[in-house]
Amino acid sequence: MAVAGPEVEPGKRPARPAPPARGAGRRGAALRLGLMAVPVAFFALFFAYPVTAIVGRGFRTDDGWRFGRIGEVLGRPDILDVLWFTTWQALASTALTLLIALPGAYVFARFAFPGKQVLRAVVTVPFVLPTVVVGTAFLAVLGRGGLLDELWGVRLDTTVWAILLAHVFFNYAVVVRTVGGLWSQLDPRQEEAARVLGAGRFAAFRRVTLPALVPAVAAAALMVFLFTFTSFGVVQILGGPAYSTLEVEVYRQTAQLLDLPTAAVLTLVQFTAVGAILAVHAVTVRRRERALKLVDPAQTSRPPRGAGQWALLGGVLLTALLLILLPLGVLVERSLDGPGGYGFGYYRALQSAGSGATSTFLVPPLEAVGNSLRYALVATLIALVVGGLAAAALTRRAGRLVRGFDALLMLPLGVSAVTVGFGFLITLDKPPFDLRTSWILVPLAQALVGVPFVVRTMLPVLRAVDERLREAAAVLGASPLRAWREVDLPLVRRAVLVAAGFAFAVSLGEFGATVFIARPDTPTLPVAVARLLGRSGELNYGQAMALSTILMLVCAVSLLLLERIRTDRSGEF
Amino acid sequence: MNTTTKYAATALAAALGVTVLAGCGSDDGSAGSGASKGSGSKTVTLVSHDSFNVSKDVLEAFTKETGYTVKTLKSGDAGAALNQEILTKGSPRGDVFFGVDNTLLSRALDNGLFTPYEAKGLDRVAKDTQQDEKHRVTPVDTGDICVNYDKKYFADKKLAPPKTFADLLKPAYKNLLVTENAASSSPGLGFLLGTVAAEGEDGYEAYWKKLKANGVKVVDGWEQAYNEEFSGSAGGKKAKADRPLVVSYASSPPVEVLYADPQPKEAPTGVATGTCFRQTEYAGLLTGAKNEAGGKALLDFLISKTFQEDMPLTMFVNPVVEDAELPELFTKHGEKVDTPPTVAPEKISANREQWIQSWQSLVLK
Repeated sequence: MAVAGPEVEPGKRPARPAPPARGAGRRGAALRLGLMAVPVAFFALFFAYPVTAIVGRGFRTDDGWRFGRIGEVLGRPDILDVLWFTTWQALASTALTLLIALPGAYVFARFAFPGKQVLRAVVTVPFVLPTVVVGTAFLAVLGRGGLLDELWGVRLDTTVWAILLAHVFFNYAVVVRTVGGLWSQLDPRQEEAARVLGAGRFAAFRRVTLPALVPAVAAAALMVFLFTFTSFGVVQILGGPAYSTLEVEVYRQTAQLLDLPTAAVLTLVQFTAVGAILAVHAVTVRRRERALKLVDPAQTSRPPRGAGQWALLGGVLLTALLLILLPLGVLVERSLDGPGGYGFGYYRALQSAGSGATSTFLVPPLEAVGNSLRYALVATLIALVVGGLAAAALTRRAGRLVRGFDALLMLPLGVSAVTVGFGFLITLDKPPFDLRTSWILVPLAQALVGVPFVVRTMLPVLRAVDERLREAAAVLGASPLRAWREVDLPLVRRAVLVAAGFAFAVSLGEFGATVFIARPDTPTLPVAVARLLGRSGELNYGQAMALSTILMLVCAVSLLLLERIRTDRSGEF
Repeated sequence: MNTTTKYAATALAAALGVTVLAGCGSDDGSAGSGASKGSGSKTVTLVSHDSFNVSKDVLEAFTKETGYTVKTLKSGDAGAALNQEILTKGSPRGDVFFGVDNTLLSRALDNGLFTPYEAKGLDRVAKDTQQDEKHRVTPVDTGDICVNYDKKYFADKKLAPPKTFADLLKPAYKNLLVTENAASSSPGLGFLLGTVAAEGEDGYEAYWKKLKANGVKVVDGWEQAYNEEFSGSAGGKKAKADRPLVVSYASSPPVEVLYADPQPKEAPTGVATGTCFRQTEYAGLLTGAKNEAGGKALLDFLISKTFQEDMPLTMFVNPVVEDAELPELFTKHGEKVDTPPTVAPEKISANREQWIQSWQSLVLK
């Protein structure tokens, strides 16, 4: 972090400030409350209230509340199957992701090799791509006629392995960024010192590096577990009708069957599970914030040496190639592969569909790009304001209540888009919040998912700002706002940019909320792709592939821009 | 002003800033509808599912004729869109809902979503599509869900493609058919109902047992079935798909012709005309609509010749009015499906869940 002087060296806890005067303490509390007001109001209005209302409707009958339904639903064998499958596939996916991605985290952290930045952006692309698109690509690799089939006659498309591997595909970047981010800042000389003192290579790793890494690995594992536990598109597209997670079941019960009681029970179960995961996550994150001697990552990476390290680098690159680049490449290949050989025919067709768009179904691709960018921009602004204020409030040494709020902000990640979307319908129907047909609902729903990323990115950096700097500014007569502008802002500017980039990319690929929320017809890129795939005809299919490739490029470019301004501590999720 | 309030004020200003900015966005965001908020009574809002589509000049014709501008809201697939309407009953988001089909009709009517209105020109609408004598809903289009076949596969194998439900059980067609999950996909449910109509309520289970023994494959949705598993589609060819029979629509072959460059002389796929289930889609005036007069005008328009003749090439469905002509694409490449046996909406409503459940335990387990 070049702008940060030695006093904000990442990870180094600022010295505990002298106990503030009583007046200052009270003012601090009031300030915190003021800062929290906006995020609290936002979450109350656009998350807690709609979700509570839709769940509540599931439990209420004309003769009052019926909580006995929880027992009834949870006693059903098919629901128990869903619960069991949801849990074990999430555990298996998490284990598999760690197994495959941890060597990647090491390689990205410790080795310098050409194209590293680009590769790190590319492995993150799947994370933000909509599953409608990726499912197709993945089937092309794992399914009939895919690479595995050609080479060894192995087809995984009908097995649970397709789901597990797709989860690795989506979450590879979570581990590489969270663990690799920290690993790159651990001073390798510590381990070297241990070896000089006589420890074996493994013992040195186990006693020096591993303890420092464990919290980061735990945090990454919990995030992957959270994402796979609530997996929707992957399970629906690759699992087929035989497999169902809680999230898929909530969708079916709500959107298809309108069985609100069952959906409400399942939502509560998922909510409880996700709450527990987040509580554990909060604890591990806090533990990770203990003092570690961190160094500039630029100093710790160097070209690989010796056959073993080259083999490791080669292995990781090969894995990334097979698991991530190949499926993405299939999309590009199919977008170019027309009936008359390779060419840009489908891209041209997109153009002509644009100029000749005589119907309301499709919009010119540039307009879809524009819609996507516009929604993502507004969602990013909302996420930045809400998440930024929350992070600012959480920065200050705070009680348990405030720390709990940190975890609370992550809850939207664990609630189905259909629950939130249907909740909007029955709550936001009265002035001044009759927003049901307003396009703003889409960015609002997207911002719900973006806020956790903003908070998670900004909080560590804000917490690393030395409190004494702010106090010095105050002593010199600066108002809190001015102190924030002159002290915090310059230091966190890059973190803000990174946070904005993530929120932006996530909104760009967001599909669930965009599809459930009625809106005037301004389809985004993922929606336009889904529409094209929903029709027969070779041109429709080809154009879907071409649009997907465009979406992928837009995502990749925004991520690459992020890479360039990445700060030391903010690459985590 | 002390510092705390200053802080709160800044926060509020930031929040307002976003709202204002968002407000600016809405002006260019709704370019498609062109409706302005001020003239609420001159805007009529149509709520529908994601497949709704209409030519822009047709909508302009409506505006010219009546003075109303149509604003379209799409919200998910047919099932999800209807369920959202049921949730907002009494305080609807729009004036007219289009897209409830005969498999879901009873759910809509039982929930009292619609206000009766007898659309002008209803006498021209095919009688067998008019299911509600109170006119709470108006039939707008029909579409047939049928097994499609890959012409090239059957020509190469010198095998005659199947024609009827009974044919699908023959050993010659073993492991050739892919269908969709009846619990989550509209064509999947249609195909199941087709077997109920053809084989009877007592016979459909035995039929599915045999169909399963003959190697039917079930995937979750139409997109996977058609684009990934069906050898006759563009996606299927690229994915080296090996199922030459798929549950799709009678209109899929003409659409294959329409969306090919250059257009082939003959559709690459055909329709097994004895395996169809007819879907009729209805529209209705939402109870509590803000613009009832506009909604009624829109319903009249949905069964006008202009709109009815536009539908085949925009939504790939058949008109319900007798004076509407099918475009050449359909008469040339579409196959005529005689009215297939059907199941009454009340019967579907009473048995849907039970049929789906027994189908799931028979076929998926």
